[in-house]
Amino acid sequence: MNSLRKTLDKLKPHFSKGGRFSKLQSVFDGMESFMFVPDKVTFSGSHIRDYTDLKRTMTIVIIALLPALLFGSYNTGLQHFRSVGIESGIFQSFGYGFLRILPFIIVSYLVGLGIEFIAAQIRGHEINEGYLVTGLLIPLIMPIDVPLWMLALAVAFAVILGKEVFGGTGMNTFNPALLARAFVFFSYPGWMTGDTVWTAGLTAGKNIADGFSGATPLSLCVTGEISRLPSFMEMFVGTIPGSFGETSVIAILIGAAVLIATGVGSWKIMAGVFGGGLAMGLLLNAISANEYMHLPFYYQFVMGGFAFGAVFMATDPVTAAQTEKGKWIYGFLIGVLSILIRVLNPAYPEGVMLAILLMNVFAPLIDYFVIQSSINRRLKRVKVEIKTSVK
Amino acid sequence: MDIMEKESIFSPRNLKLLTEPLGKNNPITVQVLGICSALAVTVKLKPALVMSLSVIIVTGMSNLVIAAFRKYIPETIRIIVQLVVIATLVILVDQFLKAYVFDVSKQLSVFVGLIITNCIIMGRLEAFAMANKPWPSFLDGIGNGAGYGLILVVVAFFRELLGSGTVYGYPVLEKLGLFKTGYENNGMVILPPMALIFVGLIIWFQRSRDKSLVEKN
Repeated sequence: MNSLRKTLDKLKPHFSKGGRFSKLQSVFDGMESFMFVPDKVTFSGSHIRDYTDLKRTMTIVIIALLPALLFGSYNTGLQHFRSVGIESGIFQSFGYGFLRILPFIIVSYLVGLGIEFIAAQIRGHEINEGYLVTGLLIPLIMPIDVPLWMLALAVAFAVILGKEVFGGTGMNTFNPALLARAFVFFSYPGWMTGDTVWTAGLTAGKNIADGFSGATPLSLCVTGEISRLPSFMEMFVGTIPGSFGETSVIAILIGAAVLIATGVGSWKIMAGVFGGGLAMGLLLNAISANEYMHLPFYYQFVMGGFAFGAVFMATDPVTAAQTEKGKWIYGFLIGVLSILIRVLNPAYPEGVMLAILLMNVFAPLIDYFVIQSSINRRLKRVKVEIKTSVK
Repeated sequence: MDIMEKESIFSPRNLKLLTEPLGKNNPITVQVLGICSALAVTVKLKPALVMSLSVIIVTGMSNLVIAAFRKYIPETIRIIVQLVVIATLVILVDQFLKAYVFDVSKQLSVFVGLIITNCIIMGRLEAFAMANKPWPSFLDGIGNGAGYGLILVVVAFFRELLGSGTVYGYPVLEKLGLFKTGYENNGMVILPPMALIFVGLIIWFQRSRDKSLVEKN
């Protein structure tokens, strides 16, 4: 480590202002603060600079995502070998799934970070690490059979039109990872809907074992085959077809624990989403107009991307509501809308993505009203005091 | 005879009326008018071309007519008079399209009729034709119609190419053999929001080339 520090110190003058490579300063800076905590200090006022910069925060989210990534690798292999009717061990499944997700992660980071590096050079900004998490989230919410060029296109779309045009990390209205998914969803619906896209290799359709359909729990619900649903435990553990990282609620809950313990993710938003889902689920149970509505509400939490969206997508600090009360409202409405779209709109079997994107738009409005109501409440108090003092 | 009337019909000042709306003062990308129909008719190149021509004719002719009558139109009912002129022209265009290019007319459906409500036309009448002579007004109308059409055609070209893989109905991408490599048409480009994004990209491109268009805030 010491020798690395020394090399960096020796190189630093070349990249500083007036140095030979001053144009690449942001690249150097990005590399340096990736390996060492930044040594920046403040010079005026009574401020202290925490060494926990954006990069460390992002790293914690990456750590929180690891359980979902690891389980996703295992499950992708498991589903694949199940679809071709081969018994497979844990390591064989895991190895297969991991090799399938690796190109996704590489392409996602290459394209996304490439664009961010270029944008930072053009603007003369520091490279910020907003993409670090997005780059891992995107592979985790894609069906495993999506062609890599579509993934690259979706990433470019999300980073350029979702983030850079608004001014880069921290300025975006929409969650870039969900934007990338929405891009594939609307652009190439054939790769994002139906029963065959969720299991690796099933689209090619070779040597498929008898009786294997690859349908996700949600598509079973929409087509009315609720009796064929996997058991609650199976869906909770996550050995079901689905997007790469979304299937296992256990893995996601471990991630949620990491996020909440470190204070990186807001527990209020997570609780809000589950609260909203619970309320809507109970309401639909009470109506019970068809078989899907009759499905016990707790099934909604373990199917599809509900848990994943609640823990990793809704809590994105940039696009979520900022006020404490606003976080509850924001989360609650996401939960309500997700279940509402899921159950009542057969065109969209999964509503979480659309619900979160929609609420991203409303987050500033929620904050505005929360702040206004707080101001009004205090104003009223002032007026009352003035009245009483006059008497 | 005053000096203005001796001006040649294609003097630099008149030519500027014709060319400025194509770039620096484009009705769509700079004035941001007439966006609605730009979203609706730009899925394919052919309807976009027909729509552009229709709008060019209506803006040019209505500017000419209103400019000719501008001294006789009472101030208080000028909007109604303008609307009568526009509506007459639009109906003429609509009937013409129905007679000669029926299939395109069907594709454009209500949007030909809705040229009446296109903000560009009314805007040019109010801002230019009511205060200028017929010939400059005519040029101004043609220029603004063409500026509108230019953006429409550019957007429609990319939307058709990326969304349907064709250019003016000709399957370019298929002939290039692109589909064999696993390429697929982009379904989102056909949806109206994507037209808005394309217009946004054009505005971005234009502003990054011409810094004088960027507002100082």
